[in-house]
Amino acid sequence: MERRYVKDRLRRSMMFVPGNNPGMIVDARIYGADSIMFDLEDSVAYTEKDTARFLVHNALKTLDFGKKEIVVRINDLSSGLGIRDLEAIIPAGVHVVRLPKTDSAQDVVDCEREIARIEAAHGIPVGATGMMAAIETANGVLDARAIAHASSRLIGLALGAEDYVTDLKTTRSDGTELLFARSMILNAARSAGIAALDTVYSDVNNEEGFLAEVELIRKLGFDGKSVINPRQIGMLHKALRPSERDLKKAYAVMEAIAEANARGSGVASLNGKMIDKPVVIRAQRLIELFEADNTVEEEE
Amino acid sequence: MDAQLLTQIPHLEEIAHRGAFSGTPEKHTENFLERSSRENKILPSLEDAIRAAGLKDGMTISFHHHFRGGDHVVNQVVEKLAEMGLKNLTLAASSLAAVHAPLIRHIKSGVITHIETSGLRGELAEEISRGLMDCPVVFRSHGGRAAAIRSGELHIDVAFLGAPSCDPYGNANGYSRDDEHMACGSMGYARTDAEYADKVVVLTNHLVRYPNAPWAIPEDNVDYIVVVDDIGDPKGIMSGATRYTKNPKELLIAQTAAQVIDAAGYFYDGFSMQMGSGGASLAAARFLREMMLERNIRCRFALGGITGQIAAMHEEGLIDRVLDVQSFDLDAAMSLKNNRFHHQISATYYASFLSAAAVDQLDFVILSALEIDTDFNVNVLTGSDGVIRGAIGGHPDTAAGASLSIVVAPLTRGRIPCVIDRVNTVVTPGGTVDVVVTDQGVAVNPRRPEVERKLRRAGIKVYTIEELRDKALALVGRPDPIRYTDRVVGVVMYRNNTIIDVIRQVDES
Repeated sequence: MERRYVKDRLRRSMMFVPGNNPGMIVDARIYGADSIMFDLEDSVAYTEKDTARFLVHNALKTLDFGKKEIVVRINDLSSGLGIRDLEAIIPAGVHVVRLPKTDSAQDVVDCEREIARIEAAHGIPVGATGMMAAIETANGVLDARAIAHASSRLIGLALGAEDYVTDLKTTRSDGTELLFARSMILNAARSAGIAALDTVYSDVNNEEGFLAEVELIRKLGFDGKSVINPRQIGMLHKALRPSERDLKKAYAVMEAIAEANARGSGVASLNGKMIDKPVVIRAQRLIELFEADNTVEEEE
Repeated sequence: MDAQLLTQIPHLEEIAHRGAFSGTPEKHTENFLERSSRENKILPSLEDAIRAAGLKDGMTISFHHHFRGGDHVVNQVVEKLAEMGLKNLTLAASSLAAVHAPLIRHIKSGVITHIETSGLRGELAEEISRGLMDCPVVFRSHGGRAAAIRSGELHIDVAFLGAPSCDPYGNANGYSRDDEHMACGSMGYARTDAEYADKVVVLTNHLVRYPNAPWAIPEDNVDYIVVVDDIGDPKGIMSGATRYTKNPKELLIAQTAAQVIDAAGYFYDGFSMQMGSGGASLAAARFLREMMLERNIRCRFALGGITGQIAAMHEEGLIDRVLDVQSFDLDAAMSLKNNRFHHQISATYYASFLSAAAVDQLDFVILSALEIDTDFNVNVLTGSDGVIRGAIGGHPDTAAGASLSIVVAPLTRGRIPCVIDRVNTVVTPGGTVDVVVTDQGVAVNPRRPEVERKLRRAGIKVYTIEELRDKALALVGRPDPIRYTDRVVGVVMYRNNTIIDVIRQVDES
């Protein structure tokens, strides 16, 4: 199966699926998440590591995930398990490898070297596999910029809040404790032109709290969020859906641009105001977001 | 009056047959409380009631299933019949549950030789699937049973009806407005039995003062009353509120079902609906509720087995009338007791094809399924191992009556595919099933091309039923066929009481 990662795509939701749960693996594609992340790391007990690796390998090879992005979170390379994870999932055609607990740019470089080696060994074009880095420590946050620029394979940075707040000697509360990390990661990701993905919200029964957090990260500028329960996906996408007013404006902007282009003019204006480039980019992004939410997914 | 006067009335034979007035009996003078404790229908024991009802070998006895898994009436009565030496009886229950496993013993000893029911579960179901009975079990839908009782195809000699409240004359109900006592809410299925049985014995653990109004069963339908300590285990009869599922797959199916109803054009101000009791069909109510609030739409009536969610929507003003043949949980039962427009209906009123039934006024129904085949036939009775493990309920009745019948099921259950070439047992014929909603996609019966067009227009991806089957098979493979012997252990009746399928003995050799 030919798979290759796409650098720039919609990533509103990345759904965690424990790699040792066959029922959840089979069902992963039905919930509408933009990306599916099979986990070989923290949600899998040490005694289940081999099972999970084997299951995910076979799932990647046999199941049809449509146009979804398939991510696998591997174990830390230093644990010895990470290499075996890579050996199993890269030949099976994973789109993106998620590094856990990325502390420094060197972690990314080390992992990329292994990926390239495995790709070459299996006749896969070197560079076909994408990477993303999860930042879960104070060190990682402070080095976020270097991490974001450490490899051209990186598609995004993600915040892993549970380990991070432990490292900070605090706990999760209203989000104040994460503001620095979120801002750092977001800016680092943007400086490298890649996606910024927020951490999970683990109290699945607290819809209000979840939506408040989504609103916060939307305002900050994040592309999306990791989710641990499929029930959160619909709420997340709905919250990220552009308002009708913004959408109307966005279409009006694009129309004005098209009209200006038709006139052969480089200057477009709307309601007497010149349209700046950032306005166009924002309008395009909004429309993209809206259309993604309103398209019936066709299977391959 | 002078009897001579009668001769002067022309056409007397067309007017009256009882002769002339001949004086009144002596009036009673004690107060009615004293009278009702002296003169009433209460007999000292179940045995007395059985004798008084004239029950004999070979007759038919009936029971209702409003006490579900907590029922103690069936076992108690049959135990007594066995003790009294009765044989060769037909047991016609509106349904049977796992709690009725003790019947196995009474079948083996010849007390019970025939069974009619909507469903069977547990050990009794397994034994019957293995060939316990000589005569096949007759499975009828709730509407089919009501019709058979009225037409005489199922003649009930004596009905033994457990009642959580009853007065000394037989006004019986599933609750009482006199006290906090609450047992089963609606007694809709029992009402049809009470109306048509030759003799009706009410077993109650809660004798209340006359008149026990409102009642499910009026006193003129009741012959004898026996006060017993125990009619059932409250925990097994009902508890709390049926919780909304949190299973994401069921929620996804429910949400899709709600979208299908909307897209197909059956979600309008004043619509009517029924929800089955499965997790996904119940959860659909939640999504419909959100849509109703958003668009300021109301439901004219909700029908069938009623849950706390439906009751809450009624109390919220979203549903005008509730027609309750069976209360699924305590919240629904409390609503029946407290809300004027939450109304108790009989099985006949609910679904009999011989009457103007409420199911015929349904816009849509959401139903569960064990299996669906590529002809859209549905099985809710036998499992993937061929063993009986379910109940017909109102499935075929509502599928036939509703303008849009939606069957919801996961595409696979574990390693078992739910959309297959041919169902084990046809319970609801494909001709009455309009849309199948699974977690992996929606299929529309080719008989309803306009529904398919509407769904597509609304952006719902529609598959063929064969595509859904292939998806299921691709995931779990093709199971080995079930092995049966030639022996028929069950006969499945369609709602008009024609035979639609048979269930065979499982071959375990």
